[in-house]
Amino acid sequence: MPVITYRDALGAAIREEMQRDDRVFLMGEEVAVYQGAYKVSKGFLQEFGEMRVVDTPITELGFAGVGVGAAMVGLRPVIEFMTWNFALLAIDQVVNAAAKMLYMSGGQFKIPIVFRGPNGAALQLSAQHSQAWESWLAHIPGLKVIAPGTPYDAKGLLKSAIRDDNPVCFLEGEMLYNTKGEVPDEDYTIPIGKADLKREGDHCSIITHGKMVLVAMQAADQLAKEGIRLDVVDLRTIRPMDVEAITASVHKTNRAVVLEEGWEVCGVGAQVVDYIQRDCFDSLDAPVLRVHQADVPMPYAKGLERAAKPDLPKTIAAVRKVMYLD
Amino acid sequence: MLSMAKKKLEADTKDAARDTALLHSMLLQRRFEERTAEAYALGKIGGFCHLYIGQEAVSTGTLSMLRPDDYVITTYRDHGQAIARGMTPRAVMAELFGRQDGCVRGKGGSMHMFDANTNFLGGHGIVGGHVPLATGVGFAIKYRGGDQCIVCFMGESVVNTGAFHEALNMAALWKLPCVFIIENNRYGMGTSLERASAIHDIYERGAAYNMARQQCDGQDVFAVRAAVGEAVERARKEQHPTLLEIRTYRFMGHSMSDAVSGTYRTKAELEEYMKRDPITLLRQRMEANGTLTEEHLRAMDAEIKAVVQDAWDFADASPELPLEALYEDVYADTTT
Repeated sequence: MPVITYRDALGAAIREEMQRDDRVFLMGEEVAVYQGAYKVSKGFLQEFGEMRVVDTPITELGFAGVGVGAAMVGLRPVIEFMTWNFALLAIDQVVNAAAKMLYMSGGQFKIPIVFRGPNGAALQLSAQHSQAWESWLAHIPGLKVIAPGTPYDAKGLLKSAIRDDNPVCFLEGEMLYNTKGEVPDEDYTIPIGKADLKREGDHCSIITHGKMVLVAMQAADQLAKEGIRLDVVDLRTIRPMDVEAITASVHKTNRAVVLEEGWEVCGVGAQVVDYIQRDCFDSLDAPVLRVHQADVPMPYAKGLERAAKPDLPKTIAAVRKVMYLD
Repeated sequence: MLSMAKKKLEADTKDAARDTALLHSMLLQRRFEERTAEAYALGKIGGFCHLYIGQEAVSTGTLSMLRPDDYVITTYRDHGQAIARGMTPRAVMAELFGRQDGCVRGKGGSMHMFDANTNFLGGHGIVGGHVPLATGVGFAIKYRGGDQCIVCFMGESVVNTGAFHEALNMAALWKLPCVFIIENNRYGMGTSLERASAIHDIYERGAAYNMARQQCDGQDVFAVRAAVGEAVERARKEQHPTLLEIRTYRFMGHSMSDAVSGTYRTKAELEEYMKRDPITLLRQRMEANGTLTEEHLRAMDAEIKAVVQDAWDFADASPELPLEALYEDVYADTTT
């Protein structure tokens, strides 16, 4: 199977869907002539032309709304935010327009749109450029929220997102674009709302998504050397969340750590823990612990930034704690 | 000058069928809204409710220039436009009553009238938020190579939002078939235009986008038709957008919870504007042209009142959606 980058997997997904369906178009800042701020749309302008690969002014609220309007009358926009941090300017269109249109119109107007772009902290980009937005978005009924951690998942889920008749927020790990993995050339999709058991083990569950999947896998590798077998549940989709996959894992391991990039308060992990306490109360051998960003805006200085981010040592420490090893 | 010539031509032409249809449309909205106010007072309608009384020449004049395959999008002051676009008074009244035969099954209410059959893309409740959607519809029309247009109604307070600026800039930059209509009724809730906008001839905002722009009298249905007709033609033939400022006045409060006058506008001002009631102006013109008699008007009014009473009875008899429907239409269960 070919090994390609997460970036190219995303590009392949959009390209294939644009070849498959001429209602699909890509719109955003620097997607055409510049070929994408992160080069996801390399070669697109030449292949599809300027009506289907559309550079916008810097106007997130505006072009997010343009996408919603186009979707109302039958097109299938893929709207790229240069980063989800900038999407805050467009949140009215995502929440008040895209998410509610079907309900508010009594089922008359579907909004088949994908909002996508990098999410989460990179390196030393400081407070305004280092944020993970999935808990905000997943709060909203009407939206689907996806955060893939591998190139294979990125391609299969993005294709599903483009084919879905609902608004989908697709959160790409900013630090994942150069990561590589096996991705088939042929057409495939991954169902939205299905978690993936990335590693099977019976001592402790780690429930995670997005970039943190890599950290969880490193933790699983490292702890395996000590004979600790982790069950790594990659949610892949935050909304709708695969509750069954979470509870099946915790019933098996009786212990869980929930790992995410975002902040603690009202985070994705809070929801996961709620599902666990409701369905696995009698199975738990220890309180569930959460690993997340420190409850501060992201600092710039290297040491402070490292201290603020969830990482491998913090994850391993949490696992050891729920296993009463420390 | 061309537009002036056209305007005079239409207003001075005797066309009994055309004028009767315009009058009927405007009077239907007026009677409908009067009963809406009554139903609100009786508690049959809840929530926010914004009446259209006084502005009927804008909706009728504008929408009478469109084709059925054109698109319309608007704000929360949407009852009159929904009816003028051809939605049935029954569907609109049942929606106001929150019933399952309402145009959106009782899930939207006063502010969110939608109808796919008439390409009525909704009443939207966030001031300015729907204007980028209109640009997106214009983009889709161009994308498919059609010759339709999208009309986007908004109040004058919208021109101060970022969404307005972003949407109009892209519509002009990409040459999209959008007709942006500012219904300047002088007040954004209780704040006058002069207290909210640095410029007062707000159609001039179009200059910032190199966009065709015009101002017209919104109490004169023929003036509205002339201005909109030109804009629609520009959209269809040249795919260029237009910004129209149509000057009108609402005769009621901002919403049902707002006094008609006394806080931010005087009774004297209101009475002055009410002298230019758009329905009266059309009626007088028709009477002068000999295309309307007192008898015809009485018959039309009786017929309209019966239609509105029928809408009321229909709405009252329609049940609320069953509770199982609470979770319907949050997501479409389809993929493509």
